[in-house]
Amino acid sequence: MAELKLKNVEKAYGEVKVLSNINLDIKTGELIVFVGPSGCGKSTLLRMIAGLEKITGGDFTIDGERMNEVPPAQRGIAMVFQSYALYPHMTVRDNMSFALKIAKKSQPEIDAAVAKAAKILQLEPYLDRLPKALSGGQRQRVAIGRSIVRDPKVYLFDEPLSNLDAALRVATRLEIAQLKESMPNSTMIYVTHDQVEAMTLATRIVVLAGGGISQVGTPLELYERPQNEFVAQFIGSPAMNLMAGEVIETGAQTRVRLANGGEAVSSVPTLAADMGLKVNIGVRPEDLVATTGPAIFTGEVEITEALGEVTLLYFRRNGGDAQVVAKLPGIHNDVRHTTVALGADPSKVHLFAKGISLLYR
Amino acid sequence: MSPALQGLITIIIGVGGCVGYFYFSNLFLDKVLFPASGPNAGRNINRAGMIRPWLFLAPALIALTVYLAYPVVETLRLSLTQRVPGGGYVWVGFDNYRKMSGEPKFWEALRNNMLWLIVVPAMSTAFGLLAAQLSDRIRWGNLAKSLIFMPMAISFVGAAVIWKLVYDTRPVDQEQIGVLNAVWLAFEGGPMSVLFLKIVPSLGLIAFAAAVGLIAWVFVRPMLKARDQVGGGTIPLRLLVAVAALWLIYMSLRSVIGLAGADLPYGVPQTWLTIPFWNSFFLMIVLVWIQTGFAMVILSAALRGVPEDTIEAAIVDGANPFQIFFKIKVPQIMGTIVVVWTTITIVVLKVFDIVFAMSNGQWETQVLANYMYDKLFRANDWGVGSASAMVIMLLVTPILIWNVYNARKEMR
Repeated sequence: MAELKLKNVEKAYGEVKVLSNINLDIKTGELIVFVGPSGCGKSTLLRMIAGLEKITGGDFTIDGERMNEVPPAQRGIAMVFQSYALYPHMTVRDNMSFALKIAKKSQPEIDAAVAKAAKILQLEPYLDRLPKALSGGQRQRVAIGRSIVRDPKVYLFDEPLSNLDAALRVATRLEIAQLKESMPNSTMIYVTHDQVEAMTLATRIVVLAGGGISQVGTPLELYERPQNEFVAQFIGSPAMNLMAGEVIETGAQTRVRLANGGEAVSSVPTLAADMGLKVNIGVRPEDLVATTGPAIFTGEVEITEALGEVTLLYFRRNGGDAQVVAKLPGIHNDVRHTTVALGADPSKVHLFAKGISLLYR
Repeated sequence: MSPALQGLITIIIGVGGCVGYFYFSNLFLDKVLFPASGPNAGRNINRAGMIRPWLFLAPALIALTVYLAYPVVETLRLSLTQRVPGGGYVWVGFDNYRKMSGEPKFWEALRNNMLWLIVVPAMSTAFGLLAAQLSDRIRWGNLAKSLIFMPMAISFVGAAVIWKLVYDTRPVDQEQIGVLNAVWLAFEGGPMSVLFLKIVPSLGLIAFAAAVGLIAWVFVRPMLKARDQVGGGTIPLRLLVAVAALWLIYMSLRSVIGLAGADLPYGVPQTWLTIPFWNSFFLMIVLVWIQTGFAMVILSAALRGVPEDTIEAAIVDGANPFQIFFKIKVPQIMGTIVVVWTTITIVVLKVFDIVFAMSNGQWETQVLANYMYDKLFRANDWGVGSASAMVIMLLVTPILIWNVYNARKEMR
């Protein structure tokens, strides 16, 4: 049970501001995922919430109580580190009970909490082992167990899956989702650079870039209605295609003449004043379809990548144009070196002016 | 010829000889003894490969045999023989050992050695750990570390001379040049003297007793708890630690009582090195002063190797700085602490120069190595001298083995 509020929070190292203007409301029971490219400050923000980094400006409250200066242990948070950070000289049992011993809980209370956490995480057979005798996945579970026993208000996860191999990552991701399911009232904040983790786990995603928040929203909001070009390209794989053009017809639907000679229709409404506006249209690779009518893009397929359920078509680039990628269902290796005309449903065509989506202006 | 030139020539001959040995013996093996050509080329290459390690090891093996293994055997033989006037030896069995065990000076040396063995490694490691931890957290920490490390560069005899001046005594009416006496004369018996010379040391002794008790408790507790399984082999060790701890606690508490009733000779310059029992501690301080730097450098590196994550996890878990230090950092560097401790222990068992230069074993400060030197080269009693050398070796060997075992474990 916890509500977190960040108001104008900022982080500066001397003169250099690495994070500024962070405003975020996190409600009880949410699983918030921070994503962003390396160096965007997502881990720093998490560590500021944990109390491991000083908050140099703004207010951070948990349940209405200002937490800026409160030491980590009294914030009611628990953190799972990327490297697990298990105490190597303690058994699994001691690792999990350390925080409770520090808090001077009674032995029966500690035993009960550890037993419960071990049961949830299926760690019972390993309680008397040292961390070095565990596999990566088991270590990860001990790290999670160490948080569970403390029964915190807020769980913080700092890239918890990045040290696991691909198969284990999927399995552990599912375990975290199940854990969240079994504790509907706990609030979790999860940092990752993997957008699949973000899309599958999050109630809401916070996209961080350039020292600030780019967009906050549910995974589908981010996917369907990106607020800006950065979010549009960051969420979804391969990234959204962007093509420059100029508005030639406004109204409930907008028509754009593209610099590459194509023409696109978007269901994003525009005003009469927008006539002639320089825009970028954005179309996700999976929304491009072969067409016989007016094409958004016509080009020669240079490379195909058949992934089984879909095929990625990479088109030959013309001068300085951005790479165009299309994602078609099924296997289409035979279209290599042929010229294809592509169109898209108007509802799937996004419009951006100066990097910002026209939906949000 | 100038000595410098002689030295240079010696170096050239020595180094050149070594390089020449490895180069030419290798050449001889490959070209003459087992040439890698002709009808038996393959077999020859194999044979040369088998011989080569021994060829390269030979100089070291020979040196170790002549300068290490042989002296051990010869010392053992000497310790079992007696020189007869006019030359020659007679076999006397364990007579030398019996004679030695009848000498109070030998027992004094053994007792002092044990005292050195407890105090010096413990204090050096503790101070080293403290210095390592504290200097890591301040801006001028590296300067502090250099200063603490500096005594390592001073030879034992040099250090002994420095400290002899610290302990120096002049007659009452003259200016004291020894720092310790200068400080001592500042106490005149007032309340401050009571505070600094009775209350503070008493508190220190009580704290020491408490620390020893805590260590003993850590060793004994697992035996009392049903849940923790205790390996049967460690029980004697645990009991030994407990008994030693009880003795140390008894000694320190008795000293507190003794100190409370003591009538201290205020205003009189003391000849520190002639005060029985305490003068051994004055000598030990010299070695602690030297070895703390060594302990600090090694432990500082070990502390930096403790993963930052585990410390942050402990902070989130609510541990205070003391708990982080003692429950997270120290256990993780325990292996290094043991290696440092045993390494210093070996240095201590061999301690000779400091005692030789400062008191020469007078006033009950004798230690085994100085006792050996005394017997061997001053009294010319080769039998007893060799016997005491064997005792030192017997004491050093188990610690040395343990040290190497731990150091190897650390490297894995």
